[in-house]
Amino acid sequence: MPAPIRLRELIRTIRTARTQAEEREMIQKECAAIRSSFREEDNTYRCRNVAKLLYMHMLGYPAHFGQLECLKLIASQKFTDKRIGYLGAMLLLDERQDVHLLMTNCIKNDLNHSTQYVQGLALCTLGCMGSSEMCRDLAGEVEKLLKTSNSYLRKKAALCAVHVIRKVPELMEMFLPATKNLLSEKNHGVLHTSVVLLTEMCERSPDMLAHFRKLVPQLVRILKNLIMSGYSPEHDVSGISDPFLQVRILRLLRILGKSDDDSSEAMNDILAQVATNTETSKNVGNAILYETVLTIMDIKSESGLRVLAINILGRFLLNNDKNIRYVALTSLLKTVQTDHNAVQRHRSTIVDCLKDLDVSIKRRAMELSFALVNGNNIRGMMKELLYFLDSCDPEFKADCASGVFLAAEKYGTDSLTSLHVTAVLSCVLAGSYVRDDSVPNLIQLITNSVEMHAYTVQRLYKALLDDISQQPLVQVASWCIGEYGDLLVSGQCEEEEPIQDEVLDVLEGLLVSNLSTPVTRGYALTAIMKLSTRFSSVNRIKKVVSIYGSSIDVELQQRAVEYNALFKKYDHMRPALLERMPIMEKTATNGPTEIVQTNGETEPSAVEPKHPPPVTQPANQVRTPYSGSYSEQDSSAVTTQFSHDIITFPPSVFQTFQLQLLSPSSNVVPALNQGTVTQVIRVLNPQKQQLRMRIKLTYTHKGSPVQDLAEVNNFPPQSWQ
Amino acid sequence: MQFMLLFSRQGKLRLQKWYVPLSDKERKKISRDLVQTILARKPKMCSFLEWRDLKIVYKRYASLYFCCAVEDQDNELITLEIIHRYVELLDKYFGSVCELDIIFNFEKAYFILDEFLLGGEAQETSKKNVLKAIEQADLLQEVSQTPKIFT
Repeated sequence: MPAPIRLRELIRTIRTARTQAEEREMIQKECAAIRSSFREEDNTYRCRNVAKLLYMHMLGYPAHFGQLECLKLIASQKFTDKRIGYLGAMLLLDERQDVHLLMTNCIKNDLNHSTQYVQGLALCTLGCMGSSEMCRDLAGEVEKLLKTSNSYLRKKAALCAVHVIRKVPELMEMFLPATKNLLSEKNHGVLHTSVVLLTEMCERSPDMLAHFRKLVPQLVRILKNLIMSGYSPEHDVSGISDPFLQVRILRLLRILGKSDDDSSEAMNDILAQVATNTETSKNVGNAILYETVLTIMDIKSESGLRVLAINILGRFLLNNDKNIRYVALTSLLKTVQTDHNAVQRHRSTIVDCLKDLDVSIKRRAMELSFALVNGNNIRGMMKELLYFLDSCDPEFKADCASGVFLAAEKYGTDSLTSLHVTAVLSCVLAGSYVRDDSVPNLIQLITNSVEMHAYTVQRLYKALLDDISQQPLVQVASWCIGEYGDLLVSGQCEEEEPIQDEVLDVLEGLLVSNLSTPVTRGYALTAIMKLSTRFSSVNRIKKVVSIYGSSIDVELQQRAVEYNALFKKYDHMRPALLERMPIMEKTATNGPTEIVQTNGETEPSAVEPKHPPPVTQPANQVRTPYSGSYSEQDSSAVTTQFSHDIITFPPSVFQTFQLQLLSPSSNVVPALNQGTVTQVIRVLNPQKQQLRMRIKLTYTHKGSPVQDLAEVNNFPPQSWQ
Repeated sequence: MQFMLLFSRQGKLRLQKWYVPLSDKERKKISRDLVQTILARKPKMCSFLEWRDLKIVYKRYASLYFCCAVEDQDNELITLEIIHRYVELLDKYFGSVCELDIIFNFEKAYFILDEFLLGGEAQETSKKNVLKAIEQADLLQEVSQTPKIFT
């Protein structure tokens, strides 16, 4: 049998194939040849054949019949064979196969081989794909090699140990003795892999973490040497000495310094030094700065250092390199909760990133922008975010719309209502990306912003003309047209206003369209009816309404019949029934908004949001007789009276209610029962739950502060039913 | 690091190194999907992306894409440096490396990678030391084999 063709020859041949079919044919032919060669147990060419098989495997063809051959190669004495054999094992075998366990013995022998390169191969293979069983069997060998003075092997053993620990965490203890003097090595390879090993151990075990904390000074020293030492050609990358090692040390310091004051203090100086001295013109310097910033933010660093870190991130945001901007935005997102004010300073840069071309950067900038919105910057931010919502890709619209909506709900105050309305309108106009329960919220919002009615109805009408498929939009629009149709046609709008018939055309169009859901049709019909008091074409409306009196849809039919009746028998009541809606009280929104913390909202004094369990009997001499009285007209107002020196009175009501606290009549209760302090609390109790109230009194008596708790349960039933 | 892939602009895999246990089928699927995703990205986009639950760092050198999947806690910027170091090692070894070198000498590309990274982490931060080790191993290979069998 002729010698099997060489690897390079095969590669060249396969590459000449012009079609997939031709390639497949060549491969099949070669596979057949290789298979018969394997059957003949040919030692000489096994290596070559397996190499070819690996090439074909990379092209995507099956190569499982070569697995056992790899094992034979590993067992061979020739270095060439071992090299290819181990490579084949790493590519073709994975720990799910039983075959790979057969490797264990070979690896064990090779770990003790006289040639370090063979030992290296074994360590590499074990460290890449060793299963738990293999790791258990061979951990002892690895541990032995971790203590060798041969740095070539020691560094590999360290990373192999990392893999063993990941696979079999219980074995971590056995590597502890060997770590004793790992950091006193001069060899950078060993140092680097040792730091990785220490990091792995500290991440997995709090005991190890506590044990290794004592290494902080040594790590700081090593890092300092790296920075201060002169040019070292062997480890230099663009003027920085061994950036890989620096980054790993910084990461380990982060883990050691977290929640530990002493360690954090010990590393303060070096962190400041790295942060200020690292050259930032190339990516490698920025990589180190990035890791430094992450460490500063995670440990208990002093505030000056934290500000330095945030400023570095701010500078990153202005960097031309988009990778750096991306990394900065990601980090800022992580720290925005804890260092909110510092991040706020970079708000304008962050908002600029909304206009970046890169999708990932845009997304991060958007998330960060929403995190930064607060009562002070809502106006400016909303403008930017609305612009973004308008112009962004569809994949963002959903998240952006909900973000804008939530921000508007949270921070939109009365004075910003027009802004709020615009914001929410834009969300709805963004299409079906809005939650279904937004429709009633939006309607309520629009009702309450009286000066916006004309603008709102005009915009919504225009949107309807373009597209009637988005149901939330259509529903809100029809409702508004029904309410404010008179404003729409009256000439109050800046642009050309439609005439009444056109408006009715649009609404009728909604009724007949296939795109409209039954709910939407209901909205449309009611809107048409309402226009009967606002428009003059009453006859047309009467006709439409009477048609739907025989609609198949029961809801529509019922409405139409009732409206018909309104025209026929109760025409005198029609104007009153269909007049403008009054301003609605805002009820608590359902959904994932935060629970309203009623305590401390209006009182500026410091109040803890959490309350200890209520004490029904006040512990000391404060009497809290509840004397309630409630007025007949407004049954929800409750007056309470106390007798004592009181300075603050923050009550808390359980979460089913909404409270409005008015100011107390006075801050001081005169002594000797000479007077009382009165505070009115309005309670909104839509669910008609029994009223209960927990009171926490904080006051000063004879100069010293006192706190007391009480619960009031005996509200008369009439007050809450 | 969980895995590293090298692929051409036509999506052909030139090297795949996996540091996590996955079946052949799973590996094929991940490679295929990820390669498509990266090839679809425009040149001006940044080198990082979130894909499934992984962080992906990739960079294009001439006609080859170097792509790594790293863990959450890994530093993306230093991963770019790791990729760059690997390219430098290939360049030094092959002398002005090009895609063809990696195609015809794929096993050597693997050997070099295995002297630089182990279990997904860098084992040697000195370029010189990695190349020296490869050189010695190559020498050992030449000495140990009966002449002209392998290449």
